Amino acid sequence: MIEEIGHYALVLALALALVQSTVPLIGARTRDAALMAVAEPVAVAQFGFVAISFAALVTCYVTSDFSVRNVFENSHSQMPLLYKFTSTWGNHEGSMLLWVLILTLFGALVALFGNNIPASLKATVLAVQAWVAAAFHLFILMTSNPFLRFAPAPLEGRDLNPVLQDIGLAIHPPMLYLGYVGFSISFSFAIAALIEGRIDAAWARWVRPWLLVAWMCLTLGVAMGSYWAYYELGWGGWWFWDPVENASLMPWLAGTALLHSAVVMEKREALKIWTILLAILTFSLSLIGTFLVRSGVLTSVHAFASDPMRGIFILAILVTFIGGGLALFAWRAPLLRQGGLFAPVSREGALVLNNLFLTAACATVFVGTLYPLALEALTGDKISVGPPFFNATFGPLFAALLIALPFGPLLAWKRGDLAGVAQRLSGAFVVALIGAAATFVVEGRPLLAPFGIGLALFVIAGSITDIVERTGLLRAPLMSVARRAAGLPRSAWGTAFAHLGLGITLLGIVGETQWNAERIVSVKPGDKIAIHNYDFTFDGTTDRNGPNYKEVAATFTVRRHGEVIGVMQPSKRTFGSRGTTTTESALMARGFSQLYLSLGELNPDGSAAVRLYYKPLVLLIWLGCVVMVIGGGLSLSDRRLRVGAPKPARIKTAMAPAE
Amino acid sequence: MRAWRNAVIALACWGAVLGVVHPVLAVQPDEVLTDATLEARARGLSRELRCMVCQNQSIDDSDAPLARDLRILVRERLTAGDSDEQVLNFLVSRYGEFVLLKPPFEWHTALLWLTPAAALLAGAIAMFAAVRRRRFGVAGPVPLSPEEERRLSEMIDKSS
Repeated sequence: MIEEIGHYALVLALALALVQSTVPLIGARTRDAALMAVAEPVAVAQFGFVAISFAALVTCYVTSDFSVRNVFENSHSQMPLLYKFTSTWGNHEGSMLLWVLILTLFGALVALFGNNIPASLKATVLAVQAWVAAAFHLFILMTSNPFLRFAPAPLEGRDLNPVLQDIGLAIHPPMLYLGYVGFSISFSFAIAALIEGRIDAAWARWVRPWLLVAWMCLTLGVAMGSYWAYYELGWGGWWFWDPVENASLMPWLAGTALLHSAVVMEKREALKIWTILLAILTFSLSLIGTFLVRSGVLTSVHAFASDPMRGIFILAILVTFIGGGLALFAWRAPLLRQGGLFAPVSREGALVLNNLFLTAACATVFVGTLYPLALEALTGDKISVGPPFFNATFGPLFAALLIALPFGPLLAWKRGDLAGVAQRLSGAFVVALIGAAATFVVEGRPLLAPFGIGLALFVIAGSITDIVERTGLLRAPLMSVARRAAGLPRSAWGTAFAHLGLGITLLGIVGETQWNAERIVSVKPGDKIAIHNYDFTFDGTTDRNGPNYKEVAATFTVRRHGEVIGVMQPSKRTFGSRGTTTTESALMARGFSQLYLSLGELNPDGSAAVRLYYKPLVLLIWLGCVVMVIGGGLSLSDRRLRVGAPKPARIKTAMAPAE
Repeated sequence: MRAWRNAVIALACWGAVLGVVHPVLAVQPDEVLTDATLEARARGLSRELRCMVCQNQSIDDSDAPLARDLRILVRERLTAGDSDEQVLNFLVSRYGEFVLLKPPFEWHTALLWLTPAAALLAGAIAMFAAVRRRRFGVAGPVPLSPEEERRLSEMIDKSS
């Protein structure tokens, strides 16, 4: 019964989406207030029905209703409750339902809180939002229905892939989707602006909070995915340039560029057409990202056709929204009027440079990810594009961007003084030079490490230069510093934190890649391994039983300079239902560095193969991302920028249930 | 069985969120060379080589039997005195370019390699063109719609 309710609610949501995608639009064209007003209640109701549908699927999972094929294939009665819950979206069908849940949630939030948006724009935005929703409802109902049942119901399910039985699945996909789908709002606003044929600085203000929320969620989602891969996969890598990772990086790069170009538009009415294009591209990349992952096209060009219906549907959605969006842009964008002029050396100029590099980096990732597929489809040649390629191309682009980064926020609008800014950054230069020199003296080795450390310190010191100067941190008395700090606009703090976070992440990346120490050895009980001032003693293995797995845990006593500082227990888990084994690595944080231990083969004679790492500063990689998100939050809370935008505090409360 | 196969693909895709489907323990203790310099070179080469039966994994990361064979092969060639270049050439002659994670610059990879520079250049040209175009005909503000005129006068009335 519950699954039929869920199925039916989804059909009703589709019907509502069709109403929402047409009626308000006709209203906006004919200036009919009654027709436009249809959008709001329908958007909220549409979300309500999708929520019912999602809740129904969650219920099926939590109660292990194996008469539902999707539950049977992806769940097991013995799984802990948390994983029963999260396995709702640990599969294709369920994750698509989560996608539309978030999509309609954003639509409902715009309907409820977008009170300051002019009626016709709001109606058009909600209509565009509903086009996307309708396409996805249809996709789910026709090709990926999670509510299909079969009889007789099997007694036991096939279990969720053990790798996914982790808290990471509870956080990573929802955050990622909040980010991906959050960009649908800026897409809808962009399309609506094109349809209306006018756009101004207020547009950027209305879009801003949604853009920031989406960007923050995506940043956290990508960072969480990276950390999950790091601790789950057992060889300590945190970024693999895997196409699926690239699929989430591309919207992030484009979204970051959009965030910056929207600032120019908001403050100076410039870059309007570019911002509109970027809004369309960002959501297009989110769509492509979703489908690269969902369609299986990445596994092989041929897997794409494993379910022709799904493949064709996916292509149709991509062509309609990306092609349609770009065609509309080409047709209508010339109608939009350009705004303020600025000199090349100015804040605007710096933000344009930021956009240039971010877009080029995004294009590089895009081409690198899809090139092998395209080449194979066109010529049959098979090539691989992997980490060495991306490091060689993306790396220099981002390094250039980071060198320029501290200059941007210090330049004045309209016309900046580069020499003056360089002078203000002299402190940051000095810090960077000292760091680089110290690294070189200690290492006496490749120039990459000193350069990386110098650059990271330059970005860190450069990001806080503005705040340090404006609060008079190094010269004024403490009380006046505090007073001035409180008086600074939150957006200035936001900029500083976001850039600071990037510097911190870079510092972590340099530390981990340049000084990562590794031992791959086979040990017998009683054996010792040494790594970077730490000694490990292998004490032996113990067998344990988990709720739905058996595990062998190895115990290692960790000593530093002879003193015991703790015990690490990496383990290997065997899941009976699928007969798969997972490696649970053991982690011990030492400041921002980490000791990382994972188990390999366990031999009958009691010896074990282990991989032991010392990962200097590795935690800074993710900590930096958190600092970036804090920067986004500070910017979001800037009262001056709320004019005409929904109140951020209300967004947060309203979004809480979705997390 | 088609649904089941789809489910496997779907799962593989979520697994791919993590980079791979199975957690792995790639290089094994018995593979490690005693000569630290050679071993470092072997690891460096391993990261440049693709495990052909895996999804986007280097042989350094993969625990597939093929990856192990390739790792051992790389180490054998290095021990025999091959240069890094010779090892890579040997593997390409055996398995084709597919084995290289960084494709060489050739006519069919030109577009790939030129993308970063081309994107930067195209962006710079577009910026230049936009700046030039903007010298002419900077438009004035858009007039208000009747609806906005009405709301504006309402607000003025209210405040006065």
